[in-house]
Amino acid sequence: MNVDLTAPQSKRESDPPVVARPGLALSAIPTKREMPSRATPVSEVAFEVSDLCCWFGQHQAVYDLSLRIPAKAVTAIIGPSGCGKSTFLRCLNRMHELVRGSRLSGQIRLFGEDIYGPRVDATLVRRRVGMVFQKSNPFPTMSVGDNVTVGLRLNGVRDRRVREEWMERALRMAALWDEVKDHLDRPGTSLSGGQQQRLCIARALAVQPEVLLMDEPASALDPIATTKIEELIQELKRDYTIVIVTHNMQQAARCSDYTAFFYLGRLVEYDKTEKVFTNPSNKQTEDYVTGRFG
Amino acid sequence: MNTSATYQTWRKAKNLIMSALSLACAVAVIAPLGLILFYLIKAGAGAIDWHFLTQLPKPVGETGGGMSNAIVGTLTLLALASILGVPVGVLGGVYLSEYGGERTNWWIRFGADVLNGVPSIVWGIVAYALVVVPMKGFSTYAGGVALGLMMIPLIIRTTEEVLLLVPNGYREAALALGISRWKIIVRIVMKTALKGIVTGVLLAAGRVAGETAPLLFTAFGNRFWTHHLRDPIAALPLQIFTYAISPYDDWHRQAWAGALVLILVIFLINIGVRTLTRGRFSEVAK
Repeated sequence: MNVDLTAPQSKRESDPPVVARPGLALSAIPTKREMPSRATPVSEVAFEVSDLCCWFGQHQAVYDLSLRIPAKAVTAIIGPSGCGKSTFLRCLNRMHELVRGSRLSGQIRLFGEDIYGPRVDATLVRRRVGMVFQKSNPFPTMSVGDNVTVGLRLNGVRDRRVREEWMERALRMAALWDEVKDHLDRPGTSLSGGQQQRLCIARALAVQPEVLLMDEPASALDPIATTKIEELIQELKRDYTIVIVTHNMQQAARCSDYTAFFYLGRLVEYDKTEKVFTNPSNKQTEDYVTGRFG
Repeated sequence: MNTSATYQTWRKAKNLIMSALSLACAVAVIAPLGLILFYLIKAGAGAIDWHFLTQLPKPVGETGGGMSNAIVGTLTLLALASILGVPVGVLGGVYLSEYGGERTNWWIRFGADVLNGVPSIVWGIVAYALVVVPMKGFSTYAGGVALGLMMIPLIIRTTEEVLLLVPNGYREAALALGISRWKIIVRIVMKTALKGIVTGVLLAAGRVAGETAPLLFTAFGNRFWTHHLRDPIAALPLQIFTYAISPYDDWHRQAWAGALVLILVIFLINIGVRTLTRGRFSEVAK
């Protein structure tokens, strides 16, 4: 079966109807400024990327990329180093533009809204699109608890009770609560590597994003911690749209629903994960997933 | 490999010579400090007593008296200088590390480095022109401005350096949480580097605490208590200078004592710095 992922929503009719604001309905959380509209998504497509090109100075890293990332599913992006997958990921939450000399063209819509629109505040986009990095980076001056609530605290949630409630929920979602609940005031950096990475996931979840971007979240972890992160991804996809960049093809095969293969800054193949790994339609994809290069 | 006995002996000899040379240089670094301290304690310790720390200078000809006004004066000048120098210096460092473009940064760094090399008497002249002339008189303000201006380039560079040490991952993590830029800088980046920033400030304070030249025609010195910042004020280095070139033995004795007190103040600042910098980034500021 050849699934056309330029329109993934048509293939997922069996999914439950779309809820307003994927993720957790937390419109009750007061924020100082009005968030960008979190209106009902027009479809199950989370990101609609069209003709995306990215540059670092003179060097073009991503060429004419168009794809749709389905909501409440895990989309893996694979490809050899330097193929533009991290750059692409950082375009989705407007982190690419922070690099000096970087540029991009094309359009990215998040639930129908152009996140590069002229009146869109990048900071607010980043609240909707959380990110977990390759290297776990809990803030060294903060305790475990403060690390989770920092996003709420610095985004104007004054009510301590609300923050603590969300701290617990986020830590539970990140499957870390039971391990840390008795020492929430210990430094965040005192946790083990795997715990630190889950702490970072909890920190990202606490601000209630709609999408979670993960840039090789387990590449610095041992197999057991990796398994935990992968299990967590399976849990989280019920509520969140997840985009994960990984070098580990087994990981992509295990935990993603859709897989995009990038090569030299171009999208080579994008399909259901099963299809990409068992019956890729492109020779390059086949060579890559079977380990013949890259 | 050459294993002949002569070669091995020669190699060992070279090793010994180099070790001895570097040891000699290390001693040369430490020795002046030891000599200064030894001399200061020998000559000054006897003169430090309760009177020295609590009394005003006695009129010429009378023995006894102290430098209490100069000690307080130095602290006052340091406080004033910090009020001017710390915010400007720290924010300048923040600009260099967090905001500035490559070209502007190059010029600011260049400027700060040149200013760090400007002779301290020149700072005195600058403060004289900026404060003493318009205010028509020597004042504590003028002394504070002279020292504060000296602190700025020192603090800018140290602040920038410690902020650049904060891994970029923390900035990115905070950005990805949708936190606004200035909050990230103040609440995360500067907080992470706080000890380093404080260290830089203390080192700058310690550096200007001993300055005499910029105070000669700004703070000017005062043999009495200063009741208003518009008036000239005493400072330890000035007092030491005045007493040291005087013809009185008792004043010479007090100059030694003053020097010892000044060195102790700077020593305390440095010890404070050492305590602060121990275990940087490793413990939680809760």
